[in-house]
Amino acid sequence: MSLLDVSNLDVRFALRRGDVKALRDVCFSLDRGERLGIVGESGAGKSVAAFSLLNLIAKPGYIAGGSIRFDGQELIGMSDRGLRKIRGHRISMIFQDPMMTLNPVLTIGEQMVECLKAHRRIGTRDARAISLRKLEQVQIPSPEARLDQYPHELSGGMRQRVIIAIALLLDPDIIIADEPTTALDVTIQAEIMALLLELCEEQNVGLILITHDLGVVSQVTQRMLVMYAGRVIEQGPTREIINDPQHPYTQGLINALPQMATPGSRLNQIPGSMPSLNNLPSGCAFHPRCGFVTRPDGSTRQACHDEVPGFVTSGNCQAACHMVAEMIERERIPAEEQD
Amino acid sequence: MSSTATSPAPEQAQPLLSLRGLEKRFSLSGDFLEQLKFKGGKLVREQEHVHAINGVDLDIQRGEALCVVGESGCGKSTVARTVMGLITPTAGEIRYDGERIDDRTTKELLPYRRRMQMIFQNPYASLNPRMTIQQTLEEPIRLHHPDWSPQRVKDQVAEVMTSVGIAPDWGARYGHEFSGGQRQRIAIARALAVDPEFIVADEPISALDVSIQAQVLNLLMEAQQQRNLTYLFITHDLAVVEHFGTRVAVMYLGRVCEVAPTATLFATPRHPYTQALMSAIPRLEDDRPQHIRLQGEVPTPVNLPSGCVFHGRCPHANERCRVEVPTLIATDEGGQVACHGVEEGRI
Amino acid sequence: MTTPTSPTASRWERLRDSYLLYSFKRDLIAQASLLVFIVLVAGAVLAPWLAPMNPYDLAQIDILASELPPFWVDGSDPAYVMGTDAQGRDLLSTILYGARVSLIIGFGAVALQAALGVCFGLLAGYLGGRVDAFLMRLADIQLSFSTLMVAIVVGALFKAIFGGATFSAYAVPLLVLIIGLAEWPQYARTVRASVLAEKGKEYVDAARVMGLSSRRIMFRHILPNTLSPIFVISTVQVANAIISEAALSFLGLGMPETQPSLGSLIKSGFDYIQSGSWWITLIPGLVLVVLVLVINLLGDWLRDVLNPRLYKG
Repeated sequence: MSLLDVSNLDVRFALRRGDVKALRDVCFSLDRGERLGIVGESGAGKSVAAFSLLNLIAKPGYIAGGSIRFDGQELIGMSDRGLRKIRGHRISMIFQDPMMTLNPVLTIGEQMVECLKAHRRIGTRDARAISLRKLEQVQIPSPEARLDQYPHELSGGMRQRVIIAIALLLDPDIIIADEPTTALDVTIQAEIMALLLELCEEQNVGLILITHDLGVVSQVTQRMLVMYAGRVIEQGPTREIINDPQHPYTQGLINALPQMATPGSRLNQIPGSMPSLNNLPSGCAFHPRCGFVTRPDGSTRQACHDEVPGFVTSGNCQAACHMVAEMIERERIPAEEQD
Repeated sequence: MSSTATSPAPEQAQPLLSLRGLEKRFSLSGDFLEQLKFKGGKLVREQEHVHAINGVDLDIQRGEALCVVGESGCGKSTVARTVMGLITPTAGEIRYDGERIDDRTTKELLPYRRRMQMIFQNPYASLNPRMTIQQTLEEPIRLHHPDWSPQRVKDQVAEVMTSVGIAPDWGARYGHEFSGGQRQRIAIARALAVDPEFIVADEPISALDVSIQAQVLNLLMEAQQQRNLTYLFITHDLAVVEHFGTRVAVMYLGRVCEVAPTATLFATPRHPYTQALMSAIPRLEDDRPQHIRLQGEVPTPVNLPSGCVFHGRCPHANERCRVEVPTLIATDEGGQVACHGVEEGRI
Repeated sequence: MTTPTSPTASRWERLRDSYLLYSFKRDLIAQASLLVFIVLVAGAVLAPWLAPMNPYDLAQIDILASELPPFWVDGSDPAYVMGTDAQGRDLLSTILYGARVSLIIGFGAVALQAALGVCFGLLAGYLGGRVDAFLMRLADIQLSFSTLMVAIVVGALFKAIFGGATFSAYAVPLLVLIIGLAEWPQYARTVRASVLAEKGKEYVDAARVMGLSSRRIMFRHILPNTLSPIFVISTVQVANAIISEAALSFLGLGMPETQPSLGSLIKSGFDYIQSGSWWITLIPGLVLVVLVLVINLLGDWLRDVLNPRLYKG
């Protein structure tokens, strides 16, 4: 059994015009020490997915259904007290903005010691020693001095390193990182990502990396999910998806990258934009932007307009697409006829 | 598009825009009274400055797309804003088509405003929330062509809206009713409305989603072909630069450290900073990033390092780099680089 | 963000979909306040047609009918629903006319405050530097005197120099001027703060790049985006101005008794409270309290709705 099992997760936001379905039918799992990427554009629901794992969605959002099993325990419906034991301790989070996690009026050391004491019976001196070791692990220059500094005295890259040290403080099983490097510069971003990867591998920590950057996902994660309009539309091993995406949206996303076109030529753009969640198209949410709704022979695939596609398996990947389903079906029939 | 661009050799043809020794300092110390401080029993006036740009020389030729790249705080946006006259430079000069424009008043600048336009980073803030799209687009046309009939103004608006892919009958809507990508199209339409020849684009796609970035980038390239535009394109995204730019200027801490034609720069980056920057791009191809790790982080532009601004993080720095400021020198590949190591043949 | 489905939308459609209307429909207090406010304003505006008699017309006043109680008290005259005051004026009519005077002074003073404050605030915020420093120090000085103190001094001086008769003739414009001049810094500060916030936004840069003049940028681009806070403080300021006027009148430096406002009515009735004619003071007092209360309640509601932090989270 996997360490983390999410199935049929449904998250809604109660707004004045009625409920908005932010996540629908999201399923995925994470093994111990595995690195999973969740990719999608803004509004795809990737951050909501991360926040709902620890039941951190703010009102008016709520979990409407599904199950999240962590190490055999069901997290949905768990008491606040139980959740607090898991949050920070066994599953920790890294946010895009370090200042969201760091308290500006406490020194780095105070915050780390406090965090340790909250979860373990430990003396201040021991806690400080552990904190220092963690800061050394994230390769902060002069870690001893940093313990007594305030967050505003550190640069953006330093702060993000401190955040990683805090995330690792209690030796968690999983780290959820929500766009951890988006606010940082390219060179710093590369360093932080390399560090995170190194630490996760070394300490066998699972990583759920939420990002819009396909380059980062392809370098760091082993498996990935692609989300669109609140649904997972493709999942599988990262390499395979990047090299041979099945879903037209994933294909579009990868082909739209400037490095996929010859310099100076037109980029392969996806027409239109992501629908807003309170006004989703019928059937497959991607069909108004999809170039495969019309078959090569000119006929329209009506299912794209009418039915929400289910997952079909192609190799090691799964894609939720009627076109892919049809292609697999077509390949199978001649094969069966030959038998 | 790159084939039509003129060769960037500075002595050839008069550049459309040229910056010479451009400097901009921002005061951190507030007004006169706040600058007075007691030190050792004496009243001293103390001023602290952010050195946003220190001595930038750049030429932009007609028809090219010059990309300025660098990390946050390197002064690339300040360059853009200074060129557009939103900021007055502390020193140096800006020439547009041979004429000096940095010392002119708002009124004297008006004829140049029609020829040079700007596209901003944040499409959510760059449209006035209380104006309809029609009003937003009509305003620059009315200002620069007061003699045009209302019908002619309307036709022009409809023409630019169509050219950026927004149906003209949406003009009665307000900016907030559109998605980010559409807003950026409208902002581009506003810049194109007065038929400019030169456009400064300050990170025009970095606030947009991946699939929308491609749309907007395509739109900018189409506009360049159809209207024969010249771009000064500010970005931090090297993948975009490689695709879009004819030439690239790499900036670090307010100085230009390397300028070269795009293909040259990507094939043979010379400056150690450029090399590090290139290796940091997350690529789809390799599983393991093999990037050059720089020591430390970008120093603050308040206390500039002496000598080469990059020496504190440079793996090749020696005594000369710590003392002497390098100037741009031409390389064999047709670019320019400001590095003692390259000059001496060490790198 | 809502995705528009049709290229055009009428003003009515926009209003119908707006958050303003939505929250108004769910807020009983706001609805009740608006209703009461409309009734009071309508009564005041339509006083010449609604009021049973004209209190300014001496021919209609019957001094023998003075100090008659309202209809629910023994000894009342059915012709005077709310009773009469010491001079025999119908109290209902006097209140309607008085509310009219109070509202004119309230709105007039606020219009003057707003005009001054908005201009100064825009200039200070947009131009910055020395203009900013000068205008804001001026505002500080102005604020360090209390409104009432300034008004009392100016009013008393005017009365002493030009005499009571001239004062009475010019009482309304004078009060508008005094209260208006005394409170402009409130506007100037609020406007300046929002101008500073708006000035940093890219649409202002875009307008500058276009080559627009500072005046046009200030009034056409920045001002419309600072209207929400102006609107909110306007409600509070109207209520304050009405109260200030009432206080001045109560002190005898406001409206004369021949042309009573709510404040001077309260004052004139105050002398008769001891003799049992409580209604002359109490009824106008209640009207004043209700008027100010509903304006404040509406202001509170507006502030909650227009403060984006409260609903955009």
